[in-house]
Amino acid sequence: MKLIAAMSGGVDSAVAAARAHEAGHDVIGVHLALSSNPQKYRSGARGCCTIEDSHDARRAADVIGIPFYIWDMAEEFHEGVVENFIAEYAAGRTPNPCLRCNEKIKFAAVLDRARAMGFDGVVTGHYAITREGSMGKTLHRAIDDSKDQSYVLSVLTIEQIAGAMFPLGDTTKVDVRKEAKARGLYVANKPDSHDICFVPSGDNAGWLHQRLGSKVGPIVDQDGVQVGEHKGAYTYTIGQRKGLGLSVPTIDGSPRFVLKVEPITNTVVVGPREDLAVTRMVGEKTVWCGPSVGPDRNRGFVQVRAHGQPLPCTYYYDNDLLIAELDEPLLGLATGQQMAIYDEDRVVGSATISETEQ
Amino acid sequence: MARLGNPSSLHAFGREVRKDLEGARESIAVAVDCHPSEIIFTASGTEADNTAVKGFYWKGQGVGRNVVVVSAIEHHAILDSAQWLKVHEGAEVIEIGVDRHGVVLLGELEDLISRRADEIAVISIMSSNNETGVIQPIEKVVELARPASIPVHSDAVQSFGKIPLSFNSLGLTAMSLSAHKMGGPIGVGALVLRKGLDVPALLHGGGQERDIRSGTFNAPAILAFAAAVSDSSLDFSDRNTRIQSLRDKLEDGILECVPDSYVNGSEVERLPGIVNITIPGTESDTLQLLLDNEGIACSTGSACSAGVQRPSHVLLAMGHTDVTARSSIRFSLGATTTESDVHEAPRVLTSVVARARMANLR
Repeated sequence: MKLIAAMSGGVDSAVAAARAHEAGHDVIGVHLALSSNPQKYRSGARGCCTIEDSHDARRAADVIGIPFYIWDMAEEFHEGVVENFIAEYAAGRTPNPCLRCNEKIKFAAVLDRARAMGFDGVVTGHYAITREGSMGKTLHRAIDDSKDQSYVLSVLTIEQIAGAMFPLGDTTKVDVRKEAKARGLYVANKPDSHDICFVPSGDNAGWLHQRLGSKVGPIVDQDGVQVGEHKGAYTYTIGQRKGLGLSVPTIDGSPRFVLKVEPITNTVVVGPREDLAVTRMVGEKTVWCGPSVGPDRNRGFVQVRAHGQPLPCTYYYDNDLLIAELDEPLLGLATGQQMAIYDEDRVVGSATISETEQ
Repeated sequence: MARLGNPSSLHAFGREVRKDLEGARESIAVAVDCHPSEIIFTASGTEADNTAVKGFYWKGQGVGRNVVVVSAIEHHAILDSAQWLKVHEGAEVIEIGVDRHGVVLLGELEDLISRRADEIAVISIMSSNNETGVIQPIEKVVELARPASIPVHSDAVQSFGKIPLSFNSLGLTAMSLSAHKMGGPIGVGALVLRKGLDVPALLHGGGQERDIRSGTFNAPAILAFAAAVSDSSLDFSDRNTRIQSLRDKLEDGILECVPDSYVNGSEVERLPGIVNITIPGTESDTLQLLLDNEGIACSTGSACSAGVQRPSHVLLAMGHTDVTARSSIRFSLGATTTESDVHEAPRVLTSVVARARMANLR
């Protein structure tokens, strides 16, 4: 096959490209320039956006022996990922930008461009597995639980999965690093990236402050009594306990948690831990990674964070909404998070949480 | 190069290398029609450009001349040197525009000289452009500058070895050369600087080259430079006639296969080996990837430090929009280009352009 390997400059995408090349595919390495103003060097554990990363990617491609190009996706990334991230926070939701990047950049803008140019698909270093079976090509969890990235890929449509190749799904991260070293790839020991690549210091609240400005508002308890003040509701996340700076303590001294963020009234609602419990979630903008589901109840798992636990649930799809009813209550769930549904290790599909119920 | 002596040393090993090195200087001087002592070896054309622009500025600054005049289509070694002088040394930088064919606007230069001759420290205009191949009217630039005694430097890196180049007949004050552009090794160049004229140095130290350039001579590279010069100065016209005929065939083939494409600079005099072509509806980096995949090498404008393609400042100066500048690529032809290459390329380009246009529509 003719493939585009998306190379971030990290160890995973380098080994993925090397494996695809070794398997006999015609592979071309591409580094996506996602910032119109890239930082010169990596600082801390940031990924994706520095000149050093693009050099690392080029060097890896040279060692592997494949052509290498840089594609300027800064505009697409800004519109599809950065602006979406800001707008979601401004609306009181908690987005996951890596998921949007997969949905809108890596497996949309890049895959579309690759296909138009006559390539068959895109190779990435994501830890996930695709399998061909009676349901067509389906998406599954990686064998390395601690690195599994099927959650951030749960926004891919069947069409996008058809054009995706994940050569690392059957390998642990430890072995990928060993393999990189054996292949002579300098990035073998490069640290993993953790933070959001476009937030330079890893300080999300500060970064959002710069863009959305300070807007003082009340922090209230469930009865509407003001117990504190905040400088912008958007910097709070459901379930947050630290950094609330409340001036009125509870009678019994028990801690309070953020229960709700109301952007219209710029209000943050806090309350006791037990009121964080959610047993039912409703999602919109559903994407199916395989055969779609109807209103009949199905047993499976739902996952709501990139490295969250799979939670046993009953799920169904009704009236354009994806619904999951949890066996056990979950503490702290924010709207805007993605709910990914699994049938054993297969990703059924996902939706953006629009509503939660106790 | 079995001899390892330092040509600046006085012992026998050094003398032996010194003899060859000075021989090399003489051969290069013959090739560009200057006096051997006018050649200052550098590590690159970029260093020669920096030495000239900054050196003439510093020299002029002392006598109240702080204007640096460059054309809008210069190589970044000139443009960025001038910008650096502006930011760090208080220079006023004036860019002379070009017409739609890519030829520097002499009227603009004449007007500037008539108004501010006494303020101009240096005029630097390239001999031919590296992206379009368009040859610039250097004799006329010199004619305009001479009455006002303004030093004229020309970056001749692209012209050197491609067209006859006479430092004396052109009447230039200084000229930059690079070995690798004419078949020599990388890492060596020269600034030709008129005898008796000194400019402040960029590199200080042993003062090896007229105290204008310090640093141990890179003797192996300089000798290889001279060898390449002797080769390339033979039969300019025969070689150029052959390359030009191949270029015309390539251009005709492309224009026939991609009818809405057009060649930049085609109506004026240019170097024989460059085809700069705009293919509407495509992006140059897509074309480059697909052509490379088919075994055809082409170049695009330039890339920023992260490697992202930028629209060519040369095409923008010629009146291109961002979009059409980004839709342009260039092919280079040389001694190794064959009839079958220029026959094959347009055919390959046809299918590549179709795919590149699809990719651009997404």
